[in-house]
Amino acid sequence: MFSQGFFTSQIEKAIGWARKYSLFQYPFVTACCGMEYMATASSHYDIDRFGAGFPRFSPRQADVLFVVGTINHKMAPVLKTIYDQMCEPKWVVAFGVCTCTGGFYDNYATVQGIDTIIPVDIYIPGCPPRPETVLDGLMKLQERIQHSRQEF
Amino acid sequence: MAEDSLTLTRLREKFAASILETHSFRGDDTAIIQPEAIVPVASCLKNDPDLDYNFLMDLTAVDCLNLGTAHRFEVVYHFFSLSKKHRVRIKTQLGGKSPQVDSIASLWAGADWYEREVWDMFGVKFRGHPNLKRILMYEEFEGYPLRKDYPIRKRQPLIGPGSPGQPSSK
Repeated sequence: MFSQGFFTSQIEKAIGWARKYSLFQYPFVTACCGMEYMATASSHYDIDRFGAGFPRFSPRQADVLFVVGTINHKMAPVLKTIYDQMCEPKWVVAFGVCTCTGGFYDNYATVQGIDTIIPVDIYIPGCPPRPETVLDGLMKLQERIQHSRQEF
Repeated sequence: MAEDSLTLTRLREKFAASILETHSFRGDDTAIIQPEAIVPVASCLKNDPDLDYNFLMDLTAVDCLNLGTAHRFEVVYHFFSLSKKHRVRIKTQLGGKSPQVDSIASLWAGADWYEREVWDMFGVKFRGHPNLKRILMYEEFEGYPLRKDYPIRKRQPLIGPGSPGQPSSK
């Protein structure tokens, strides 16, 4: 009954549980979505309930990259560098429709979805998304973290 | 009539040969002048104590490619006088081959970035500008995005699909 496989899966579960409830986020805020991000982070919606209340302003200390707002081609190499600087394990949340697809900025300046530059785990649509949507996205990210293979 | 506003009268007195057209619609004075005259005209607007245009409100350009005009570009200046509370719009018309006009950055420091923006977006050159380089787009960007003949679907990413050395995904 207490075979090695059983034991390993429980360790993975425990690590997943720990990881999903201590998300240090790096908010890469470029545009109006930042207002909704701040609303989500503040006391009324209180993102700290989900263990994600601690924004780090160094990518080297962060677990999840929140890309909040329009990314243009001039900014794209900067975003890629920030992503590269983050330690594993790391996740990326595309916050708002601009980061998901470019939104209505279908023009010469704007990146048509940040998934052309870096891998994205969770897409939160909306222009801007309401805090409830953000929290829903965050919970989906936690689910994803819990159920993914834990490397350690 | 509003046509007799002080600014337009003064400009017509001093620069009769350089003024192509003036009009004054509901109190908005406009003078279309020859591009060579922009520095003397702007300097008169700024330094004449009766006019005292001490504020350059806007400097932009229009691409007239599809408007059926003889000229390709218009560079538009909006001046305002904080003391006299009057304003004037000055337009110059430029050809499409190598559009250029003298810089007024030596008169209004604020013209520096406006002129860089017009250079960046429309490719209009400002002679005598202290630092005429792109202000919004990146240096690798080719062409001028607000020109009417810039392809509307053209993308120039620095990294990712479609960037130099990488094929487009679509």
